[in-house]
Amino acid sequence: MKELEIIVCAKQIPDPEAPLSDVSVDAEKKEVIVDAPQVISPFDENALEAALRIKENVDAKITVLSLGKKVSDTVLRKSLAAGADKLILLQDDDFEKLDSHSIATVLADAIRKIGEYDLVLAGRQAGDWDSGQVGLILGEMLGLPCISLAREIKIKDGSVAVKKNIPDGYEKVRAKMPALVTVSNEVGELRYISRTKMLKMLRGTSSIPSWSSEDFVSAKEELQKMGILELSSPPDMRRNCEFIDGATPEEKADKLMAVFKALQ
Amino acid sequence: MSDVLILGEMKEGLLDMKTLELLQAGKKLADDLGAGLSVVLLGDAVSAEAEQAVSSGPDRVYKLEHPLLKGFNADLWLASLEQACKKINPKILLMSHSFIGMELGPRLACRLNTRITTDCIDLSIDPEDGLLLRTKPVSGGNAISVFKCPGEPQLATVRGKVFEPAEAVDGKGEIVDMVPEIDESMIRVESIEVVREEVVALDKADVVVSGGAGLGDEDGFEILQDLSKALNKTFGSVMIGCSRMAVDKGWISSDHQVGLTGTMISPNIYIAVGISGAIQHLVGMIQSKKIIAINTDQGCNMFKVADYGVVEDYERVIPALVKKLEELS
Repeated sequence: MKELEIIVCAKQIPDPEAPLSDVSVDAEKKEVIVDAPQVISPFDENALEAALRIKENVDAKITVLSLGKKVSDTVLRKSLAAGADKLILLQDDDFEKLDSHSIATVLADAIRKIGEYDLVLAGRQAGDWDSGQVGLILGEMLGLPCISLAREIKIKDGSVAVKKNIPDGYEKVRAKMPALVTVSNEVGELRYISRTKMLKMLRGTSSIPSWSSEDFVSAKEELQKMGILELSSPPDMRRNCEFIDGATPEEKADKLMAVFKALQ
Repeated sequence: MSDVLILGEMKEGLLDMKTLELLQAGKKLADDLGAGLSVVLLGDAVSAEAEQAVSSGPDRVYKLEHPLLKGFNADLWLASLEQACKKINPKILLMSHSFIGMELGPRLACRLNTRITTDCIDLSIDPEDGLLLRTKPVSGGNAISVFKCPGEPQLATVRGKVFEPAEAVDGKGEIVDMVPEIDESMIRVESIEVVREEVVALDKADVVVSGGAGLGDEDGFEILQDLSKALNKTFGSVMIGCSRMAVDKGWISSDHQVGLTGTMISPNIYIAVGISGAIQHLVGMIQSKKIIAINTDQGCNMFKVADYGVVEDYERVIPALVKKLEELS
């Protein structure tokens, strides 16, 4: 069998698990300001992990695509350190604040430019806008069979076999490749990357290809921005925490016991 | 006809609760627009559900029946719904933010060349242009955004338990039969087997004892299980919850996951052990009546939303607590 070509779509976002105190809302600019390092969106990391597991069993090449106004290769090089073969950055001012349909349009153009592929993977949703649209729209645009919310992906006889989440269990499904699969976190977290490997990759001099919109976007004028009318802070969730102290765990357990008795 | 159309979902021969909530949301939008309200139902035989839908007050119920629509096959449901939309031309189409809505919504939006907003918590009509204003939590819940998008139908999926369910009325709406043109060749993703698992009904628990990455390893859940058993004697139904991280690490199955992409719950008592409190987790448990947090990091988010906090190694404080709870009963 020829080498399997896997494309993983990975978005760079500010750490979605940043402490609440590091997040604020700029209502005027309609932006969420997150004072935290940039990371690969968690479900996209799950998608990369799914690709790496496939590669353990079949001969495969993994290409990671990341789109944005500006994409940091230091953040995305993590995917190479984890075992991806190639990274392509799609960056252009035109790509700022695009709506999901337009992001999928641009990704579809990039994938057409790449040409050969068997499997396209994307996280179920991104940690910034929580839309859960791009993967499935991309699959439709490329005319691929679409499978959502995968918890396990395997390759069998030229088909992709997926266990996908359903409300009370999972469904085993199969589709001919090329196909698109959106990945849920049950797949598992991205494998551990040793410090040495990470540093080697960060210091790496290999140049990362970067495509701007004129390199590959077919109908730039059709791209649309997200239609945000308003952005506001959510209702305050904070409560007054009463800390239970004590010199020993037993003492704390004693006091906690009093809390439980009162709640009974 | 510029209707507001609702995609109905059914469970055990009845419309599900989320569909009744959509009907309520749709009714208000239809009134504001001066438009009709319709429901579309897909299945192999949905007459009983169609009758039930009529009693929730819509003007029309479209019945799309076909033997191949039994169960849920996304490719066939999508093709049928696409055909129905092209005939009905709804101005607005609403779906639940359910597994079905999450899968069909974006794909249908693409096929109908329109835009969709997912997981909305409020909907209204812009009086200027009649477009749908879609309110949706973003950034895991760190902000609330109002979107307006071009295209028709105006398409959105709606979060459960946000709208009140529609009440039964003396409905006089008509039932309209539509025959979808589908066949097996349209199936591109083949279903091999549906595996039903015993899943925890976290939203039915009185108390949830929940663990996260701070447990350190899978065995930590055994300690939580001991606490759960000890509480069970006095506090009603106690279940085990977890954060997304614990699922990613393979320590526990995802039906236990609390939060944005897990279950949204509001138990009497929520005990968060070793969960730092990412926003995506907090939005799923913040409605709990009392929140108790156990964590070694006093600065973590979870203590900011908790009623009671214990800064301590859970492996030391929980066994001591279990012992005392057992003495109590």
